Amino acid sequence: MRVIQFREALREAMSEEMRRDQNIFLMGEEVAEYNGAYKVSQGMLDEFGAKRVIDTPISELGFAGIGIGAAMNGIRPIIEFMTFNFSLVAIDQVINSAAKMYQMSGGQFGVPIVFRGPTASAGQLGAQHSQAFENWYANTPGLKVVVPSNPYDAKGLLKSAIRDNDPVIFMESEQMYGDKGEVPEEEYLLELGKAHVARAGSDVTVVSFGKIIKTVYAAADELAKDGISVEIIDLRSVRPIDYPTIIESVKKTNRLVVVEEAWPLASISSEVSYMVQKEAFDYLDAPIKRVTTRDTPLGYAPTFVEEFLPNPTRVMQAINSVLYRN
Amino acid sequence: MAKEKFNKETYLNWYEQMLMMRRFEEKCAQLYGQQKIKGFCHLYIGQEAVVAGLMSAITKDDKVITAYRDHGHALGCGVTPNEIMAELYGKATGCSKGKGGSMHLFSKEHNFFGGHGIVGGQIPLGAGIAMAEQYNGTKNVCVCFMGDGAVRQGALNETFNMAMLWKLPVIFVCENNGYAMGTSVQRTTNLEDIYKLGLAYDMPCGPVDGMQCETVHDAFAEAVARARNGEGPTFLEMRTYRYRGHSMSDPAKYRSKEEVEEYKAKDPIERVKAVILKKKWATEQELDAMEDKVMAEVNASVEFAENSPFPTAEDLYADVYQQEDYPFIIE
Ligand SMILES: Cc1ncc(C[n+]2csc(CCOP(=O)(O)OP(=O)(O)O)c2C)c(N)n1
Ligand SMILES: [Mg+2]
Repeated sequence: MRVIQFREALREAMSEEMRRDQNIFLMGEEVAEYNGAYKVSQGMLDEFGAKRVIDTPISELGFAGIGIGAAMNGIRPIIEFMTFNFSLVAIDQVINSAAKMYQMSGGQFGVPIVFRGPTASAGQLGAQHSQAFENWYANTPGLKVVVPSNPYDAKGLLKSAIRDNDPVIFMESEQMYGDKGEVPEEEYLLELGKAHVARAGSDVTVVSFGKIIKTVYAAADELAKDGISVEIIDLRSVRPIDYPTIIESVKKTNRLVVVEEAWPLASISSEVSYMVQKEAFDYLDAPIKRVTTRDTPLGYAPTFVEEFLPNPTRVMQAINSVLYRN
Repeated sequence: MAKEKFNKETYLNWYEQMLMMRRFEEKCAQLYGQQKIKGFCHLYIGQEAVVAGLMSAITKDDKVITAYRDHGHALGCGVTPNEIMAELYGKATGCSKGKGGSMHLFSKEHNFFGGHGIVGGQIPLGAGIAMAEQYNGTKNVCVCFMGDGAVRQGALNETFNMAMLWKLPVIFVCENNGYAMGTSVQRTTNLEDIYKLGLAYDMPCGPVDGMQCETVHDAFAEAVARARNGEGPTFLEMRTYRYRGHSMSDPAKYRSKEEVEEYKAKDPIERVKAVILKKKWATEQELDAMEDKVMAEVNASVEFAENSPFPTAEDLYADVYQQEDYPFIIE
């Protein structure tokens, strides 16, 4: 199968959908003439023109709200945030308008919109540029929240997100844009809200999503040398969360670790742990463990980045602990 | 054009200050290439006259706040090259203890209220810093910098309105360097005269040639006097230019070589140097000696940064709360 970059997979998803549906436009900072701050939208201005690939001023609150208004009136905007750190300037419109509109209007005004861009840390960028808000958005009824971890998923999920009639938050990573992976030439869609059993295993279940799942693959590879079989579930979506897939896996392996690049309090890992203890308590052979970032903002120094993030060693320790190994 | 009211000392100060900003950042660019400095790093090269002209117009008790393009402002406020370079290296001896990096230089000691990374985030903060001065009945002012891109944040409008309503002693300064990343001012507005944003609030406002220390100084001096007299804010649009890309990773293909050369021909450092030589306030040799002194300080700052320790992993938990025994979740 052909291999393409994560950013190309996203570009293909947007371009294919824009060719199919004239009502879709892409709007955000530097998306058009600069070809995207991270080159995701490279060439799209040339193909679709300035009416459909729209550069904005640095006015997140304004263009998020303008996108939502357009969506209420028949357009299907894709709004790019240069990173989700900057979406905080716009979050009022996302939470108070996009997420509420359909219910508030008694089902009259839907908001078919996608807000997409990179999330979480990307090296030594300091505290204001290193944040993960997946759980913030996932907390809000009315939104769907998708977090792909590889090019194949990114393309199939983004196409579905664009076709979805509800507002979708679609969270990528600066550090994944250059990642390569197999993506078929033929069209395909991946259903939103369904987790993917990325690797089947029998000894322990590890649930994760987004970029940080790579630490789980690395840990699982290492543990495989000792004969430990890790089942890895890639959530793909954190609202809704595909509980049946998780529960079924835990009933098989009887042990669970959740790995997440986010602060621990009230995180996706807290939520998954709650539901699993409630639905599969009798199947658990060990307390659930999680690996999150440290409970602090991420400062600039390299020593902080090293300490802050989940890494394969910490994931292995968590897995060993639920397996009661050394 | 030299005006008589600026004396020898002022010119020599401007020259030395701007030379320090320029040479310090040229060194930063080198060190970034060597991966000694990481993350986002935005150079101020070309815009130095704005900070130099400000510093001759305010006192050490006045407050300064800006965005992430903050090396020049920190140096101007008196933060030492050592502390800044160490911060860029992420070392514990840096002015933000290695926690901030290039975008988040801070120095309470020098009344520098920081470099801020969310575009426009510092605009209300600047007004708040001024409000505290007003509240305490001081005569100090706050100078609040922002870019031409930042003026498009909604926070500007809310802040301008309240600053005028309450006559806060704040000077809002847009450093219009023509571009917000790859986006020129023309492409984001039908109101290209950014200073006119002040008109909507009846805020005294105007454009200033930001490539000349003299014009910058005069504009600040007038605005500062107004603020100290309790007459409230001013909005200045400093017309300036950055010679380099937006950050170290931007090749700046969106503008022409000719445009860059046009501004370089107006270089503020060369201009001040020409006045000094013409007035015979210093000889070429004396200026060369000054340059050697600046370079020695820059090189010493690199040495200092190299020899300083990184903060420890445990320091991640320091300075998050003032409470000493805050119960972090530790797993
Ligand atoms: C709210 C927000 N949106 C987007 C960004 C990304 N960003 C960082 S700098 C920048 C351009 C700002 O340009 P300008 O205000 O003109 O300042 P300059 O870089 O020219 O000094 C952008 C879009 C950000 N940091 N914060
Ligand atoms: Mg600018």
